[in-house]
Amino acid sequence: MAVTGVELSSARLQRNRRSGVLKRLMSDYGQEVVVFAAIITLFVVVTMINPRFVSANNLTSIFAGNAYIAVAAIGMSMVIITGNIDVSVGALIGVLATISGTLAVAGYPIWVAWFLPVLVGMAINAVIGVLVAYAKIPSIVVTLGALSILRGGLISVTGGTWISNLPPDFLIAQKRLLGVPVPLIAMVVLTLAAAAWMRYFAFGRSLYALGGNPEAAVASGIPAERRTVAVFIIHGFFAGLATILFATQLQVIQSTVPPNLELTIITAAVIGGASILGGSGTVVGSTLAAILFAAIGSALIFTNVSAYWFRAVIGLLILATVLADMLRRQRST
Amino acid sequence: MADTPAFVTLSGISKAFAGVRVLKDVSFDVRPGEVHALLGENGAGKSTLIKILSGLYTPDTGTIIIDGKNVKFASPRDATAAGIATVYQELLLFPELSVAENVFLGNYPRTSMGIIDWAEVRSRTRELLDSLDTHDLDVDDKVLSLSVAQRQRVEIAKALSKNARVLIMDEPTASLVEADVRRLMDIVRQLRARGVGIIYVSHRMSEIFALADRVTVLRDGAFVATRDVGDVDEAGLVALMVGRSIESLFPKLDVPIGETVLEVKNLNHGRHVRDISFGLRKGEVLGVAGLVGSGRTELALTLFGMTPATSGEILLDGRPVSIRSPLQARDLGIAYVPEDRGLQGLVKPMTIRKNVTMATLEKVSSGMFLRAREEASRAMAAVKRLGIRCRNIDQPVAQLSGGNQQKVVIAKWLQTNPRILILDEPTRGVDVGAKSEIHLVMGELVKQGVAILMISSELPEVLGMSDRVLVMSDGRITDVLDRAEATPERVGAAMTAPRSAEAA
Repeated sequence: MAVTGVELSSARLQRNRRSGVLKRLMSDYGQEVVVFAAIITLFVVVTMINPRFVSANNLTSIFAGNAYIAVAAIGMSMVIITGNIDVSVGALIGVLATISGTLAVAGYPIWVAWFLPVLVGMAINAVIGVLVAYAKIPSIVVTLGALSILRGGLISVTGGTWISNLPPDFLIAQKRLLGVPVPLIAMVVLTLAAAAWMRYFAFGRSLYALGGNPEAAVASGIPAERRTVAVFIIHGFFAGLATILFATQLQVIQSTVPPNLELTIITAAVIGGASILGGSGTVVGSTLAAILFAAIGSALIFTNVSAYWFRAVIGLLILATVLADMLRRQRST
Repeated sequence: MADTPAFVTLSGISKAFAGVRVLKDVSFDVRPGEVHALLGENGAGKSTLIKILSGLYTPDTGTIIIDGKNVKFASPRDATAAGIATVYQELLLFPELSVAENVFLGNYPRTSMGIIDWAEVRSRTRELLDSLDTHDLDVDDKVLSLSVAQRQRVEIAKALSKNARVLIMDEPTASLVEADVRRLMDIVRQLRARGVGIIYVSHRMSEIFALADRVTVLRDGAFVATRDVGDVDEAGLVALMVGRSIESLFPKLDVPIGETVLEVKNLNHGRHVRDISFGLRKGEVLGVAGLVGSGRTELALTLFGMTPATSGEILLDGRPVSIRSPLQARDLGIAYVPEDRGLQGLVKPMTIRKNVTMATLEKVSSGMFLRAREEASRAMAAVKRLGIRCRNIDQPVAQLSGGNQQKVVIAKWLQTNPRILILDEPTRGVDVGAKSEIHLVMGELVKQGVAILMISSELPEVLGMSDRVLVMSDGRITDVLDRAEATPERVGAAMTAPRSAEAA
């Protein structure tokens, strides 16, 4: 059947297994390797300056305290991979946390207080997804609108008050399972599950195709509208799970979520390798980036550098990452 | 007029892109006060020649002489300064700006204070428009509110505002309705009378005979002839344009032709698919010929569900079907290899493996789970079958040559085991070797009973590969020819058929 004289052996067409492990890692997981290396470097350098940095307590707070950002960044990565963006997720987490705390204080079963907000998050994002996919409104516009509605609505309803007297059983993020903090377990399990979903399932593949070239994806029979709605709903699901970790980590729930939370989550996805142009990125990368943020924040404290530098450092990281992405694209074409 | 010295003379112009020669030793000149038509098939090199003359490309060899002086254009600005202006097919105006703002954009007259003299801008724009008998346009109208024909007049006014002595018009009537075409032709005659030299690119024979003083024909990037229009007739020009013998390059297999699989009745979509009816049979290669804008690609897009038909019937095996999306088309056994593989065919950063299986993800999945081994073996089989030259199946397709990229797109669609394969420009931008490999694959497919609808701008390919040829012009089928009767002259004549009776 071959139409050429050139004989192509199967062995040659499979990737050459003898080529360097590092080279293969870099070609498949370039950004993840870079972020991982950055984390290791940071740990080594900061520990040399202040050995208490690697104490068990501090490591726990680094990994567990920011786990909700990593979990939210999983869904954000998927949204960005399809070539969309969501700037409303921080406000959404604020709304969901308030719903969750209100339910818990009102005496509803704990699991209702945890999981009803997840469903609400999925429903809100389903509406966003429909507006993006079917009404063809750019996702930045839809989610900017959603951001204002959610944030404004939350402050109007709560008047900015805090929810306290949360039942102890509700505070799952403070618990440990076999000695490991629950947020850490959730982060690892969800990241691995989502990574497998993106890599080994047809659904994940179609998201990369849609982000890489929507026209070609549609021409290949991939239902772009349905996939877009689905990816926003999945993103709402992860935002809901992130809310559980966020709402249960302290004794109180503030109706003012950390400012710029959505930007932190987007940044984690981008530094983790999700190209803002769509088509590439992984959830492992975004989780590693979330860990890197937490480590940088902590490192600044342990080295007595003003916390105000945190934003500046993150900003530099964003620019460096995007620049590296551009250079890599240029080289590969 | 024939003894007027030329204003611009190009001689021995050659140009290559990435080693592919698109212009070979072409010579061309234009005199003041003449309309010089430039004629050739798609890909003959007209656009490249125009772009060299307007300073967008620099030629690899050859000289440009203006007013007896040797010049080199480093940029379009140089060409403009030398008196050459171009009205492109896709008009380059700013829709949010007014007519006057567009006309003088980039060289606004200034007051003594150095600020823009808007009164002067508006009055000079008015004068220019009046000189084109365009009294119905207000200089303050925003361009976005104008029709295509009006925008074109703004472009012409813009060219004149720069004191153009040569005006290049690239297919100026391609998107105009009949009344506007007549008006444009009046303007062209008027400019000629003022001593402007006009280079007029068009496929339409009637316009060339009505307007041009001389005509130059290009073919495959080479100069064929320059003639006075009085010395040639339409048949002669078509022969010059397409008249090469069809080499044995096209290995058409004679395959028994079976029953009709696809039947199309009175299909319509927009202005480019009008009342199309035809049948396609098992084992048949049905070639579709037509110029750019004739509706060839639009027909394919409608059959494939990208731009669903607004009326008419599509029958598969005699049963009427509704095709509203590519997904439905695929599930009905229709495959479409698009005209622009970069736009609709490939996800370039993704690997060969992932592109090959993109239209058949469910075939390489168990439930929702992708079977990596099945996927790899399919991709490897496709690479071997089509002779895709690559390092391995995990190489991003962006790194492949045009021919190998095209083979990846074809491989993707062969994964669906289509019964009907629509190939839109299957060998455009593909080297000769890959081209004949693609033709061989087509032969294998028809032997297996696949029905192929092949759209091509390259007439020899259409004539060489097809069992029947369907010719389109202006959104309609103007002729259907059997292989035996499909001569370059007949196909060429049907391609350039005058506008349909309804439009005239």
